[in-house]
Amino acid sequence: MTARRSSAEAAAWLLFGAGGVVSALLVPVLLLLFGVVFPLGLLAPPEYPHLAAVLGHPLTRIVLFGLCVLALLHWAHRFRYTLSEGLQLPRLRAPITLLCYAGALAGSVWAAVVLFG
Amino acid sequence: MSELANASPNRREVSTPGERASGPARPRTYRPRISRLWWVHRRSYLLFALRELSSLFVAWFVVYLLLLVAAVHGGSGSYHAFLEWGSSPWLLVVNVVALAFVVLHAITWFNLAPQAMVIRLRGRRVPSRMVAAGHFAAWVVVSAVVAWIVLGAGP
Repeated sequence: MTARRSSAEAAAWLLFGAGGVVSALLVPVLLLLFGVVFPLGLLAPPEYPHLAAVLGHPLTRIVLFGLCVLALLHWAHRFRYTLSEGLQLPRLRAPITLLCYAGALAGSVWAAVVLFG
Repeated sequence: MSELANASPNRREVSTPGERASGPARPRTYRPRISRLWWVHRRSYLLFALRELSSLFVAWFVVYLLLLVAAVHGGSGSYHAFLEWGSSPWLLVVNVVALAFVVLHAITWFNLAPQAMVIRLRGRRVPSRMVAAGHFAAWVVVSAVVAWIVLGAGP
């Protein structure tokens, strides 16, 4: 029981770490461009045909899907501790954990539908 | 045995008034009281809490990205509608705050990397500054490649 639990915890940590790396590498530049630079008009946003072609490429889809899944797992692992430890809610630890990972799973399914559907 | 029996009343003599008032000591589990806002008391705690909160904005980015991809898949019209929606003031504020948090995440993550990984080169441990610098260099390269792909190679 404890061995199974600790190996699940190790897997959660590993995915948290992988998600931390890919989101640190990829998220700032994408958010800078699509969230700030293009909306403010500092640079012209990419033309539709170009962006559609980039997003149509299988490699782009796979990379973005991996980014979405790992970033969500990173969020789930970190945010459950932020809530239960940060706000001192030890009694709600189990439901918080469940909700966070359910959220990550739902987001991953949504990502698969959007990117490959 | 008799010595022990004598010793205990003597010890009670020296106990503090508070202890005597509470009567015979019962074993109690120690539960430290921690305020819900413990993380605002010190600057280092606050920075820690902000770093942990960055994950919320990483998740927000995933939502924003998937809305963008869905809009592009929806055709030229929905892509332009997304661009218009993205430039609404409240969303711009959300994204500027989110950008600050994900940059905080990236910087703290790469600074911690040397503690998580020990790299050996020809039997010698690579200094932690070099490991961190390698991560920051990778960040710059990846960001440049992504920007190059998004903006289109050449005008």
